[in-house]
Amino acid sequence: MFGLDAKDTRLVLIVAVLTMLAPFILNPFPEGSELAQFNAGYPDLMQRFVIFGIFAIGFNILFGLTGYLSFGHAAFLGVGSYAAIWMMKLLTMNVVPAIFMAIVIAGIFSLFVGWISLRRTGIYFSILTLAFAQMSFALAYSVLTPLTGGETGLQPKMADPRILDGSLAEGTTPRANLFGLQMSSSYELSVGGWLFTFNAGYYLAAVVMLIAFYISIRIFRSPFGMMLRAIKCNQQRLNYTGLNSKPYTLAAFVISGMYAGLAGGLMVAMDTQVGPERMFWTASGEVVLMTILGGAGTLIGPVLGAGMIKYMENIISKINSTILHEWFYWMPDGLEDFVVAMIYPFIGKGWHLTLGIMFMLVVIFLPGGLVEGGQRIARLFGKGKKAETDEGGTKPSSTPAE
Amino acid sequence: MDAILLQILNGLDKGSAYALIALGLTLIFGTLGVVNFAHGALFMLGAFCAVTLNRILTLSHEVVDETRTDFLGNPLKVDVPYVYDILGEAAGNAVIDWSVPLAILFSIPIMIGVGYAMERGLIKHFYKRPHADQILVTFGLAIVLQEIIKYFFGANPIPTPAPAAFAGSFDFGAMLGFDPNTIIYPYWRLVYFAFAMIIIAAVFAFLQFTTFGMVVRAGMADRETVGLLGIDIDKRFTVMFAIAAVVAGLAGVMYGPINAPNYHMGMDFLVLSFVVVVVGGMGSLPGAVLAGFLLGILESFASMAGVLEVLPGINQIIIYLVAITILLTRPRGLMGRKGVMED
Amino acid sequence: MGILEVKGVGKNFGGLKALSDVNLSVQENTVHAIIGPNGAGKSTLLNCLVGKLIPDTGSVMFDGQSVLGRKPHEINQMGISRVFQTPEIFGDLTVMENVLIPCFAKRDGAFELNAISAVSGQNDMKEKAEGILRDVNMLDKRNMHAAAMSRGDKRRLEMAMCLVQEPRMLLLDEPTAGMARADTNNTIDLLKEIKEQRDITIAIIEHDMHVVFSLADRITVLAQGTPLVEDLPENIKGHPKVREAYLGEAH
Repeated sequence: MFGLDAKDTRLVLIVAVLTMLAPFILNPFPEGSELAQFNAGYPDLMQRFVIFGIFAIGFNILFGLTGYLSFGHAAFLGVGSYAAIWMMKLLTMNVVPAIFMAIVIAGIFSLFVGWISLRRTGIYFSILTLAFAQMSFALAYSVLTPLTGGETGLQPKMADPRILDGSLAEGTTPRANLFGLQMSSSYELSVGGWLFTFNAGYYLAAVVMLIAFYISIRIFRSPFGMMLRAIKCNQQRLNYTGLNSKPYTLAAFVISGMYAGLAGGLMVAMDTQVGPERMFWTASGEVVLMTILGGAGTLIGPVLGAGMIKYMENIISKINSTILHEWFYWMPDGLEDFVVAMIYPFIGKGWHLTLGIMFMLVVIFLPGGLVEGGQRIARLFGKGKKAETDEGGTKPSSTPAE
Repeated sequence: MDAILLQILNGLDKGSAYALIALGLTLIFGTLGVVNFAHGALFMLGAFCAVTLNRILTLSHEVVDETRTDFLGNPLKVDVPYVYDILGEAAGNAVIDWSVPLAILFSIPIMIGVGYAMERGLIKHFYKRPHADQILVTFGLAIVLQEIIKYFFGANPIPTPAPAAFAGSFDFGAMLGFDPNTIIYPYWRLVYFAFAMIIIAAVFAFLQFTTFGMVVRAGMADRETVGLLGIDIDKRFTVMFAIAAVVAGLAGVMYGPINAPNYHMGMDFLVLSFVVVVVGGMGSLPGAVLAGFLLGILESFASMAGVLEVLPGINQIIIYLVAITILLTRPRGLMGRKGVMED
Repeated sequence: MGILEVKGVGKNFGGLKALSDVNLSVQENTVHAIIGPNGAGKSTLLNCLVGKLIPDTGSVMFDGQSVLGRKPHEINQMGISRVFQTPEIFGDLTVMENVLIPCFAKRDGAFELNAISAVSGQNDMKEKAEGILRDVNMLDKRNMHAAAMSRGDKRRLEMAMCLVQEPRMLLLDEPTAGMARADTNNTIDLLKEIKEQRDITIAIIEHDMHVVFSLADRITVLAQGTPLVEDLPENIKGHPKVREAYLGEAH
């Protein structure tokens, strides 16, 4: 279906069903119950899941396929965000031109950065991208203040021209919308103790992510995707096979930059403000982590990684010592205090510590990420099937699996 | 003229820090072939060694001072550091005052321990892994180290004053015949610069004049051949990692009085130090030192009001601009060797 | 007029003369071997032919067109395929994918963005790739991870990758270096097969006399960066100059 083979079609359909039903799936615990804090089915968090999913899917096209490790992709996300907010200020609060412009501008910017950075490989490439991203951050923070709003950033104001929208009624605030449908509008469904929220913005972002995911599968399965994987293995052989590896790599770079811009544009569509911190190099590090955690070079890995990190960030930073004491109240007092004291550094504000440890553990023990972990477990349980899949030799590790 | 001199001086202390961190980075890269993103964290750990020593020295117990009374007329309770009990008040005060220089001695064994543990426990397993994996795992380690420090010391910068003897400033202008007060330079920055020069000289002397250093240099040039000679190069490389950790740590210890240490100072310096290493040339020790000072001074020039008027914001991006230009025109950096990271 | 004409090629590295005044004419559909002692400049010459090095002087014409100044991928597109001393393959890809890449390179040129249509849907390419794998007896290994194969298999795969492009000329750089006798003989058989079944010109750089005399139609002896003799194999065997060059090295 849609030019995909049966296995990929199944994957897309599963992801589609999961994202569409996310408000249910992510809210398994009734409101007010003790476990309700583990719910993730509220719009703000769900939006972040899919938007960072898009960001990571795009990053994976560059890093997962070609092996070029960019440490500056947050810059493209930031540039996309600024482009989107300017469309909202100048043209209309409708998100379509904003998102479109975010992709275009991020694409142009990544073409420029990639054209220069790709003259070098390996660590030099990483440093060049890092340098460009840090420069963009520094400029957005200082000199380009008229364009970027400096430290405070930008948001739509009443006084903005917005030529297509006409003037707003006095006292209303400009809100992002899709042909009139406000991104912040939600339909709430209360069933028993459960409350499910269906947010317009989330569904827009989710549909966009599905399209982005579908395109990435097509790229993975195309000759172009195969060339990109060949670049990762052996650039010399590729050149002596009559292929010019440079434009292929640049194309992958620009595509992943456009994905980043799309993610940046969607962020603005959901929450109409931008600040330069979005471009800081740690933000670039985060998308690297998402991709690695899920499984670089796999199809679904980046989406899983993005969801996992955003979920854990949200949940772990909410837990505090009171909650911990509630969990372990059944233990003898001394032991309870001890356990709480042991866990405490990793929760709440200690989220980054957990993140850093996760980062190390994944790179050390599970270089293939969650997807590889899943495959290992599947192999443990599915020994009967093993003979069938192993027919004709070992499966190449970089073949995109689901 | 005096303005130029002032900017050069201003660039020296930052340049010293860049040079020291970059020296360790390139040493590790040249010997172990590892790209260490946790090197900035070692700088930060050094700075917190000084903070810790200061805290230990000022550990106090409460003593009731019968000779004084508080405003209610009760005998005054004062905190007396334990060092007073051991050394007496005058010597104790001096020790506390000199806690930053004393931290040099305090930090060396700690940094050796940290460096050894890092190399044997983690880095060792990544020699054969791709550079991307090395970057990622050390990046994770850097986050972990800085979060641990944040957990124990909090997120705010902790002032660590220089000894009172170095508190003032030095009037270079008056000395050189310019108007007084045109070129004033804090003593401590001068100390830092001198200290950096001593360490750099010590590292170079060590590599140049000892057999150990000779083997390491040979290993940097051609690891395989040295391995074939039957020399256990790995053990020496562990030692080099510890030395690099000590260099970064000492750079951090002494930097405290210039900028109050905070948990993310390592990351801030790391990105720039990497740029410095690349500009100097991966694996080139003189290149790292040269580029460190060069970029430090350049950054300071770019911050001059006159320059900023013409090119606003240039001070923020000058280092990156230089790095990009260098990488594109001289891919091996200013003094890089052929064949390093060119595959 | 040969398909490959090398005229007056010279190359210096710093003060070192690696090649000087090399003239070489390779006739179409023959096997031309270039032999010579170590350091004779064989590899330098080869690198000048494939675009890795640019000679300081002279000209290299392939089928009437100059190859000088062209990038390796452009020279490949002209019809010259190169086999490396140690097999260069795409280790992380399957055997089938390894062969598909040159198929696409041949059909689509150096840079044709085909980002949307799936590889699996292109049956003509698949058939072509399977055909060449059948030719080199590797069809049963098509789903194997290329890096996991034996060295001999890697060599055959690399040959297949070159042959599937139907090049007009195959350049081999010491294809049996470091191989056991049995593997060497297999390689010789494979090359003989290629020579018999296809219209192809082969230039081979080789150190192993056994390989050279089993395959070559003509032999050029290179010594100290310049051709010593060019002749038929039977004339080369007893040639005094050749013996001198080799004996001088060996003793």
